[in-house]
Amino acid sequence: MEQLFSIKRSYKNRSIVEQVAQIIFVVCGLTAVLAVASITIYMIISGTPALFQVGIKEILFSSDWNPTGTQPQYGILSVILTSIVGTGFAILIGVPIGVLTAVFLAETAPKSMAAIVKPAVELLAGIPSVVYGLLGLMVLNPLMYEVELVLFKDSTTHQFTGGSNLISAVLVLSIMILPTVINISESAIKAVPTYLKTGSLALGASHIQTIFKVILPAARSGIVTAIVLGVGRALGEAMAISLVSGSSVNMPLPFNSVRFLTTAIVSEMGYAADMHRKVLFTIGLVLFAFIMIINMILTRLLKKGGNEDA
Amino acid sequence: MKRNRKKLLGITLATVLSLSTLVGCGNKNAENTTPAGDTTTTETTDTTKTDDSGLSGSITMAGSTSMEKFATALAEAFMGKNSGVTVNAEYIGSSAGIESLIAGNVEIGNASRELKDTEVSAGAVANIVATDGIAVITDANNKVTDITTADLTKIYKGEVKNWSELGGDNMPIIVIGREAGSGTRGAFEELLGIEDQCAYANELDSTGAVLAKVASTRGAIGYVSLDVLDDTVIAMNLDGVTPSEDTIKSGEYTLSRPFIMATMGEISAQPKEVQALFDFIKSEEGKALIESVGLFTAE
Repeated sequence: MEQLFSIKRSYKNRSIVEQVAQIIFVVCGLTAVLAVASITIYMIISGTPALFQVGIKEILFSSDWNPTGTQPQYGILSVILTSIVGTGFAILIGVPIGVLTAVFLAETAPKSMAAIVKPAVELLAGIPSVVYGLLGLMVLNPLMYEVELVLFKDSTTHQFTGGSNLISAVLVLSIMILPTVINISESAIKAVPTYLKTGSLALGASHIQTIFKVILPAARSGIVTAIVLGVGRALGEAMAISLVSGSSVNMPLPFNSVRFLTTAIVSEMGYAADMHRKVLFTIGLVLFAFIMIINMILTRLLKKGGNEDA
Repeated sequence: MKRNRKKLLGITLATVLSLSTLVGCGNKNAENTTPAGDTTTTETTDTTKTDDSGLSGSITMAGSTSMEKFATALAEAFMGKNSGVTVNAEYIGSSAGIESLIAGNVEIGNASRELKDTEVSAGAVANIVATDGIAVITDANNKVTDITTADLTKIYKGEVKNWSELGGDNMPIIVIGREAGSGTRGAFEELLGIEDQCAYANELDSTGAVLAKVASTRGAIGYVSLDVLDDTVIAMNLDGVTPSEDTIKSGEYTLSRPFIMATMGEISAQPKEVQALFDFIKSEEGKALIESVGLFTAE
């Protein structure tokens, strides 16, 4: 009697637990979707009005930024260009260093060296971005100022910035993307099948030849993924570069004080009102679009990479 | 047993999940609708205080970061006198503060600049509570410590680029300012009549950042609130006038701006505790407080 009762109960119990668990999983799964959907909708709702009220051309293709003037101007062309140029150069500097470090870690490093380099890279990834910014502010900017004083000694047109310029920002960014690039490239290199390497060596190629002619080409899709993720990291960084870039709206020339898409929002959000505020949301929308494009490229690359393997 | 435990776990998890969302809503409601309930408890514990006005409720204010020091001191002093009242102050910038005032999220919006026409037409009323001076600062090694308004204007417009033109060392001038929308920048440019004409080399987004950058960069010039000045920089004399309380009150020192605590509608239309706050500001004690944070009374 008791047994029968307990079997019935446990069957019921089980079905309840199953159902409840299922509901919990669905709710958890939907959280991320909900977050992305609401952010997308919010960015579009708050970012597009200014585009039409001010004019797409006046915002996206003008470099006159004077949001608080009596004749307000909201051109963010130089801000967009700064983000593109800054990210581009950070990638140009960071990626070769990162990929070569990955090769070193995966292929050529003696165990004792790898035991030092690997934790250092992991530590680099954990350092908060504001610390990079502070270091840039205290160390990089004064150095840049000395260089600026020498280079523009006789210039009458150059505006001195005290070392807060595009180069400082690019250097900080290129160091910040290193961990991303190194870690993903290293996994890609390690995933290259051993028979490719041994085959190459057996045919008489040297280790270095094997690395550059066989291993790196074979790990290509993984390295491209690393680069794309690095671009995303650099494009989205705000805190560190807001401290070192000077934050004046200028065209992205090496010794100009510049403002990125991210820092443009951060630096003026606190006090912005009316249309100025709406335009800051538009900048957010532009940044959001950039990140989305990067993500789509990444997804496509990952799919392609998977097909190649298969 | 095991199944029972699993079931229990599942149900508890579900309840916790659903409860946590409920609690999230519940808390907000409680805060918004029952401040009286909150305060009765505090009142009963504080009945020993004799100077209690019997006021109860809560005041929320938000706004200018420049007014942080003042608003914090004011909130503390006022709560010390009226133990039944809680004053919450947030520092989110002048425009954001007035915006939340108009949206009805706060009772007082702090602004370190005159209110804009759009803000006044939305119903915000400017109550000037104090006056702040803006100091022009330069790095501690600069030989030029005295500057005329005309020269200052030229520096910020980018017409004068080297300290040697003003009798100093051969050193470029690094023009440092605040970001567009900042109350300090608005006041500075308006007072000098150089709106939209400034050529900034650095636009930093806080008073502290300006102070730090000027202190660490040779040949830098910047502007900050008078009350945050310290020894790391030189506060320049303007037209031979040292920035100080006396010179600002007498009107000799020309770079000064109002601190406004805006309300929706006149003060007389506000809840009792808000009215009491403004009475406190106007009292002798309030005046002493304003002076203690480096500001000057509105009168």
